[in-house]
Amino acid sequence: MTALFSLAWASLLNRKGSIILTIVAVALSVALFLGVEKARSGAREGFGNTISGTDLIIGAPTGSVNLLLYSVFRMGGATAEVSWPTYQKIAAREDIAWTVPIALGDSHLGYRVMGTNLDYFKHYKFGGGQALTFAEGQPFDDLFDAVIGSEVARELGYTLDTPLTLSHGLGAADLGSGHENRPFRIAGILKPTGTPVDRTVHVSLEAITAIHVGWETGAKNPLADTIPEEMIRSFDLTPKTVTAIFAGLERKGTILTTRRAINTNRGEPLMAIIPGEALAELWNVTSVAERALLAVSAFVIAVGLVSILTSILSSLNERRREMSILRATGARPGHIFVLLVLEAGLVGFLGAVLGIALVHGLIAVFAPMLQAQYGVAFSMGAPGLVDLAVLGAVTLASLLIGAIPALTAMRRSLADGLSVRL
Amino acid sequence: MSDPVIDIEDLTFAWKQGPQVLHIPAFRVEAGERVFLRGPSGSGKSTLLGLIAGVLAPQTGRIRVLGEDMRALSPSRRDRLRADHVGVIFQMFNLVPYLSVTGNVLLPLRFSPARRKAAGSDATSEACRLLARLGLDDPSLLQRRVSDLSVGQQQRVAAARALIGAPRLIIADEPTSALDADARDRFIALLSEEVTRTGASLLFVSHDASLAPLFTRAVDLAAINQASSGANHRAGVHA
Repeated sequence: MTALFSLAWASLLNRKGSIILTIVAVALSVALFLGVEKARSGAREGFGNTISGTDLIIGAPTGSVNLLLYSVFRMGGATAEVSWPTYQKIAAREDIAWTVPIALGDSHLGYRVMGTNLDYFKHYKFGGGQALTFAEGQPFDDLFDAVIGSEVARELGYTLDTPLTLSHGLGAADLGSGHENRPFRIAGILKPTGTPVDRTVHVSLEAITAIHVGWETGAKNPLADTIPEEMIRSFDLTPKTVTAIFAGLERKGTILTTRRAINTNRGEPLMAIIPGEALAELWNVTSVAERALLAVSAFVIAVGLVSILTSILSSLNERRREMSILRATGARPGHIFVLLVLEAGLVGFLGAVLGIALVHGLIAVFAPMLQAQYGVAFSMGAPGLVDLAVLGAVTLASLLIGAIPALTAMRRSLADGLSVRL
Repeated sequence: MSDPVIDIEDLTFAWKQGPQVLHIPAFRVEAGERVFLRGPSGSGKSTLLGLIAGVLAPQTGRIRVLGEDMRALSPSRRDRLRADHVGVIFQMFNLVPYLSVTGNVLLPLRFSPARRKAAGSDATSEACRLLARLGLDDPSLLQRRVSDLSVGQQQRVAAARALIGAPRLIIADEPTSALDADARDRFIALLSEEVTRTGASLLFVSHDASLAPLFTRAVDLAAINQASSGANHRAGVHA
């Protein structure tokens, strides 16, 4: 066996050029498959880590996935809001320990603005119970204070006390149609969390009300900017509505009854979701696409394996003489078979190893960028079980596929005997 | 070694659905003999060598190699017999292109523990010794790719490979037909010398009758094969 192994190795070295191309083809296919798989599990892990410790998310009735997406992931938007009195009623419920109201709808240079209160920094947890911590500064104190996520600070180069203005809605608004006349001051910068918090500008709920003074009709009153700041500060800035409410329960055991009570609330219709449940529902939706992607990349691996088959089969004709020489010097047909199977297995193994190295190299280089841009957290570090499984599967499949040229060569070598044909 | 190395009686062979290629009533090679077997291409000599080497099985008759009845042996036992006791030299392109000169010489040892044992503990120096005896003692030669060697050098490497591990029978199928007269005579002299030294038997096949005096005995295949019509029919297909 070792004798054949070194023969197979020497034979592959002799055909370096074409064999390296085949190895690269296998490596690319393996890298694609692993890349898709790692992005998938990274995205799941990232999403799963985004919210923790919040028992219920409450908003106006919509799809549970939609409520989760806009309240936690800052994706999409709410179609309706929850009125302030209703929020107060929920906050006052005996089975609810804490609530954090949030108001969404404005943006700053593409980053979403979220109005909330100071309880947010106390109760919002991510990644299995970690609280938000400040890299610099502190929670908002003044009406026009803002707390920005780490990515906002990094990408826009903001530091403490940098002034910033908000735009109305989510797009880049025309000058004068937004909130340019109500500048904010950065009071705090949060440490990176790997969640959408990094891409959020946090202000107080009162600030959201304040910048919308003069917007009561839904559009900007031309006179809105003429109202002086001192006058606004003297107004009652209690919000009229909130977009969603994060809630923690007194006792986890009541979660289903509490949810039911909120969902069947008399008066304003409401919807309460359990984050983990909504996340599972989201995975149900995305898993179809995930499986399709994985299937496609698995087929690409199959193409890589077929390229092993092609390269070995096409070499058989020119190696007919070599096989006869091996037979004449004592190789049994089984030796010929094992030699070719080993060659295929070696190519598959090397391709898989190269592919795994490639994907880990790319992750090492691009993971910070992907994390920052898309919030997809790739797990770095040593190759894991998935890599080993792919390595094993690809090697095994190559050995199996190698049986095809191996059988051909074995049959031919039996027919050829010692007569070396040209 | 009283047993003949090759002992054929009433041997017949035909390729699938083809006419009879060989019908040999009797042919023997004694131990230590160097036999010259003359036959033009297409006379069935490659088939005969295949039968002796054990890669082909006869349909009827008896063929004993080194005392073993080849018809009674399984294909894998015949392969084992060849690996352990038979060295083969082809007409040309004898060498595995991706192995070094010594790698080629050592090739039979990979498949035969018996020959590995016979070659001694230091097989590489045994290979170098054989190469040196065959006139390939230039160390720079051993580093070259086998495809860069001249045909004469390649044939001598093949001879060293056939000889390593002291096999009892050397089969050479037109090993000199690609060599010029000088190189041919030197090759046969060196091969004969080594075969005599190890006590092996040599079955040397060629169409060139002028070589016959260089051997202990010469046999004309046409004289021992009674299936000549069939053999000619196969000419060109199985040279």
